[in-house]
Amino acid sequence: MADQPPLDITGWSCPLPLRDSPTIVMGHGGGGQLSAELVEHLFLPAFANPTLAGLADSAVLTIGGARLAFSTDSFVVRPLFFPGGSIGDLAVNGTVNDLAMSGARPMYLSCAFILEEGTELATVGRIAAELGKAAEAAGVQIATGDTKVVDAGHGDGVYLNTAGIGLVPAGVDIRPQRATPGDVVVVSGEIGSHGIAILSVREGLEFGTAIVSDTAPLTGLVNAMLAVTTDLHVLRDPTRGGLATSLNEIARAAGVGIDLVESSVPVPPAVANACGLLGLDPMYVANEGKLVAMVPRESADEVLAAMREHPLGRSASIIGECVEEHPGMVTARTTFGGTRVIDVPVGEQLPRIC
Amino acid sequence: MCLAVPGKVISIWDQDQTRMATVDFGGVQKTVCLEFVPDIAIGDYTVVHVGFALQRLDEASALATLALFRELGELDLEFGDAWQRAAAEAGASPHKQDRGGTTEVA
Amino acid sequence: MKYIDEFNDPELAQRLLDDIRATVTQPWAMMEVCGGQTHSIIRHGIDQLIPAELELIHGPGCPVCVTPLEMIDKALEIASRPEVIFCSFGDMLRVPGSNRDLFRVKSEGGDVRVVYSPLDALTIARENPDRQVVFFGIGFETTAPPNAMTVYQAKRLGIANFSLLVSHVKVPPAIEAIMQSPSCRVQAFLAAGHVCSVMGTAEYPSLAEKYQVPIVVTGFEPLDILEGIRRTVQQLEAGEHTVDNAYGRAVPAEGNPAAQRLLADVFEVTDRSWRGIGMIPDSGWRLAPKYRDYDAEYRFMVSELTTAESTECRSGEVLQGLIKPHECAAFGTVCTPRNPLGATMVSSEGACAAYYLYRRLQPARGEVTNVG
Repeated sequence: MADQPPLDITGWSCPLPLRDSPTIVMGHGGGGQLSAELVEHLFLPAFANPTLAGLADSAVLTIGGARLAFSTDSFVVRPLFFPGGSIGDLAVNGTVNDLAMSGARPMYLSCAFILEEGTELATVGRIAAELGKAAEAAGVQIATGDTKVVDAGHGDGVYLNTAGIGLVPAGVDIRPQRATPGDVVVVSGEIGSHGIAILSVREGLEFGTAIVSDTAPLTGLVNAMLAVTTDLHVLRDPTRGGLATSLNEIARAAGVGIDLVESSVPVPPAVANACGLLGLDPMYVANEGKLVAMVPRESADEVLAAMREHPLGRSASIIGECVEEHPGMVTARTTFGGTRVIDVPVGEQLPRIC
Repeated sequence: MCLAVPGKVISIWDQDQTRMATVDFGGVQKTVCLEFVPDIAIGDYTVVHVGFALQRLDEASALATLALFRELGELDLEFGDAWQRAAAEAGASPHKQDRGGTTEVA
Repeated sequence: MKYIDEFNDPELAQRLLDDIRATVTQPWAMMEVCGGQTHSIIRHGIDQLIPAELELIHGPGCPVCVTPLEMIDKALEIASRPEVIFCSFGDMLRVPGSNRDLFRVKSEGGDVRVVYSPLDALTIARENPDRQVVFFGIGFETTAPPNAMTVYQAKRLGIANFSLLVSHVKVPPAIEAIMQSPSCRVQAFLAAGHVCSVMGTAEYPSLAEKYQVPIVVTGFEPLDILEGIRRTVQQLEAGEHTVDNAYGRAVPAEGNPAAQRLLADVFEVTDRSWRGIGMIPDSGWRLAPKYRDYDAEYRFMVSELTTAESTECRSGEVLQGLIKPHECAAFGTVCTPRNPLGATMVSSEGACAAYYLYRRLQPARGEVTNVG
């Protein structure tokens, strides 16, 4: 076997954008490659600007003397009520967490309802009540909102959008580009619960389980980490597309490689077993109350200890590190000593029979 | 093909004269059709593919297989060094045994 | 989880690997037939860990890969009809037909639904009596009994709005076709464990004898695969060629007689065209005449469609083990999981996708790389 130069991986993606689908397909909402292409080839050309170019969970803006984080998220989950929460919880925690991922203190949310004609008022009332409770628990106020109604048959009951603003403390500069070789990769707890909870009640796939969604506001956990050091490099909440997608996005944004140790990634046994049953990989399953952090090596142990003191960080674990090799790519060492590349999914992950 | 996963039968019932079960996969329960494993009982483990139990898992066989794996290492520990030494002295590579002509399939 | 954790033990894996290493004295090429085994091998890096002399050739064991193009096109046609709820396993949604896939049909208004079990499709049929519910019945001998039982129930319970679109394939004829190929390099087979749970081992001794190849029935967990390889290497080194069952806990020699009886009742053997390989006689199953009323091909009278396979796609050669995925010029350039040309790139365990996912980092041991 002759010595071969390492494979050049930089050109390995479809060169022609969106060429195989003139219409939106479900995969475009999956958070994977298709979603990214929609942004890069359709949206950015339309309204690119320096602030947007960061493509972080939330944008950090300087207005007057204040640094504000600003974010928006839409919620189209089915079913509306699932084990562990509802669309109302997600609508608050999703945006609160996006703001917290910039190190911001979330303060105000807007909330827009798009309701399908014929939806039961009781349903809307219940969602609003849960939304209100979630806002209180997260320490934010719904400051403004909007309601629209669409014809029956043109919506799926209830869609929500929330946007939020928060204050970023001085000395805090948290964004994906800051990941640096040598940084330690930490996850705040066990992964995969939200996605599996949703699947467990989805038609055609339903199964019994005690797994519930982990939806939760992460502000307190982030504050505990910032109390150790304001120099956290990256925070990201791995929602749709799972941990794998978030790590890939960070690796690409920062131009670093990420090496994981598979056995260190905490997964609840029931989640692992549900994934085994359906042929899914927990690395790609959505979370709604977890974060992954890139922490400078010298602060890692202290940050980890602080996380474990917090109710939402009891199972926090170091799962890998940022490296100079294979920039933009995430790899994992398997339990048997082999290596596998953890790629970005194309669209949504599907159950398989093989 | 064949993503089939082992699970434990925890209850059995009849649906439209078809034998069905709730099978537990370590914290995940699924309704499974038992028509292909008529002798299976509550507490048994079965391998399940797309909602159907295909075989009862034979615990004795599983334990025997695992014991065999464990023995592999132990045999080496017990005898390995002596064999290697003897083989090295004889100038042959260790663990190679003469088993007669090997047929290469083109 | 019982029956899983024990068979993932890294320490026992090391012992198996040591034993394999101690037994190998020359190069051998063996084929694992089952796509699920391919997935497990590459996911755990097993092919990186075994001695360099051993080559694992990935066989055509993925029903996604081998479902004929015409059948995919028929599925797309049926799924496009407004009265149809088309139910399928998740694997099939991204398999490309002549010019689109089921995802695209869904985006154009088709009611396409992923289900875990064919019984879920039957439930959907009962809940939607004014719609036609079609289930895409693909798979090897493992999936055939579930599909058979579903259509048997549909007929017994008179669920008239349900029908099955059948495209089943069998493993032994594929082994014959591979061994008869002039460029065949396969010297042994790791037989598909769960296929044998259904069919037993009776079909394999004649193949082992006729082609002088060891055939070892192998499971799917890492230790199962290593044990299958270990027993295969032992036979190869000893010049033996018998059928050996390394997956005894899930495979009795007779397989599952209840399942086999139902298969004989519901299906009949037919010729099947394997995508990328070609026509293999008596290699598939179709619904028996008494189930014709529940056969989607007849119910929807899907006429002869013109099919067009991509000319660049070399899935066929990959499926037969003649080339490795990265030896195809389209691999990773024009053909990626994002934009697959052929089924081997779509399926999560199609050899090309597996390579793309897990092997981009460095060349596989002992293999020459050829990018574009």
